[in-house]
Amino acid sequence: MLQTFFNLEIVGAAWRIILAGLGNTVLLSLVVVPLGLLGGLALATLASVRNPWVRWPLMAWVDFFRAFPPLVLLIFLFAGLPFAGVELGGFACVCIAFFLNTGAYYGEILRAGVESVPTGQSEAARSTGLGRLQTMLFVVLPQAVRNVLPDLLSNTLEVVKLTSLGSVVAMPELLFQARQAQSLTYNPTPIVLAAAIYFLMLWPLVRLLSRLENRALAGRG
Amino acid sequence: MNSWERFVDAFFNVKVMAKYLPDIAYGMLVTVELAALVIAAGLVTGLALALVRSLGFRPLNLLIIFVVDLFRALPPLVIIVFIYFGLPAVDIAPSGFVSTWLSLTLVLMAFSEEIYWAGITSIAKGQWEAARSTGLSYGQTLMHVVLPQALRLTIPPLTNRTIAITKGTALGTVVAVSEILGMASSAVSNSYNPSPLTMGAIAYLILFFPMVIFGRWLETKMAWKR
Repeated sequence: MLQTFFNLEIVGAAWRIILAGLGNTVLLSLVVVPLGLLGGLALATLASVRNPWVRWPLMAWVDFFRAFPPLVLLIFLFAGLPFAGVELGGFACVCIAFFLNTGAYYGEILRAGVESVPTGQSEAARSTGLGRLQTMLFVVLPQAVRNVLPDLLSNTLEVVKLTSLGSVVAMPELLFQARQAQSLTYNPTPIVLAAAIYFLMLWPLVRLLSRLENRALAGRG
Repeated sequence: MNSWERFVDAFFNVKVMAKYLPDIAYGMLVTVELAALVIAAGLVTGLALALVRSLGFRPLNLLIIFVVDLFRALPPLVIIVFIYFGLPAVDIAPSGFVSTWLSLTLVLMAFSEEIYWAGITSIAKGQWEAARSTGLSYGQTLMHVVLPQALRLTIPPLTNRTIAITKGTALGTVVAVSEILGMASSAVSNSYNPSPLTMGAIAYLILFFPMVIFGRWLETKMAWKR
C-alpha cells in the first residue's frame, strides 16, 4: 500500500515537477484572487447605487455567473471561442473565467457587506465633504469588509482550490504537473503528494474559517 | 458571410443544435441523477457525522474534524483524479460516474457537517437542560428540541453550499462522465462547431439559475426572522 501511494523513490523522482506546479498554483492564485476581488469590488460599488435600472441587471449578472459551473465557462472560452477566431490560450481563459465567476461571488459577498453598514455612516461621510467614491472607499468598504470577512476568506479558499481547473486547459499548475508525473512514473504517488501539498497549504485557512463560521452562526441563535 | 452571420453560424447553428439536442438532453438527465445522488448522500452523511460529533466522544471527534478539514481543503477535482486515476493501482477501478459521485459526496459531507455542527452548537445550553429536565432522553432532546431549531438556522448557508458543490458535477467530464459538459464537448469535436457548448451552457442555466434564485430568496426570507 505504502509502496503504491507513497513510494519514496517516486517522490524523489517527481518532486521537482510537483514543486514547479506548486509555484504555478501560487502564482495563479496571486493573479486570480485580486482579479476576482477587483471584479467583486466593482460589482458591489455599482450595486450601492440605489437605482433599480442598475441594481436588477447587476443582480442578474451575479446570479448568471453563480449558476454557471466555472469549468463550463472555462471550456466555453478555451474550446468555443477559437471557432469565432478568438484564440486566448489557457492562462488568459483561466483569468477571464475566474474574473467572471469568482468576481460574481465576491461581488455578492461585498454587496451584503456594504448593505450591513448603516446608511448614517455614508450620510455623515458625505456631509463632511467626501465624494461618493471617497465615501465608499474610505468609510463604507473598510467596515463592510470587516463584517463579511469570514465569507470573503471562505470564498478565497474556494478560489485557490478552483485553480486546479487550470489543469483541464493544460496550465502547468499543481494538479496538472502531478498528472504528468503520474503518467511518466505509472504510479499514483505524485497525485497523493499534490493532494498532501494542497492540504498542508490550505489547512490553516480551513481551521481559521471553521472557528469564524461557528462564531457567526452561534451569534444568530 | 459577414461577421455577425459567422458568429451565429458558429454559436447558434440551428442544424447542429437540432442534431445534438437529444445528446444534451441525455447529459442533463445524467447531471440531474448525479446531482441528486450527491445531495442525498452528502447531506445525510454530513448530518450523521454532526450527530456523532454531538455525543462528545473525543477521539472520534478529532477524527471527524480531521476528515472534515481534509475534504474542505482538497480541491474536488484532485479527489476525483485520485479516485479515478489513483485507485486502479490497487485494483479498485470505480467508473467516472462513481468517482465523481464519491468525491462530491465527501466534499458535501464535510461542508454540511460543519454547517450542521455550527447550527447544533448555536442552540443555547439552557434548551438542552430544560428538555432533559422534563424527562426527555438525550436522543429525544436532540431530535425534538435541538435539531428542529438548529436545522432552520442552517438552511440558507446549506442551500448555497449545496448548489456550489452540485455545480461540480461538471468536473465529471474530466473522467469521461456523459453529463452535460461531457456530451457537449464530444458533440463539439464531432460536429466541429461550438453550438453544442452553447446548448450545454443553456442547460446548466436551466438547472442552476432557479436554484441560485431560490437560495437568494431563502437568504432574505430567513434574514427577516432574525
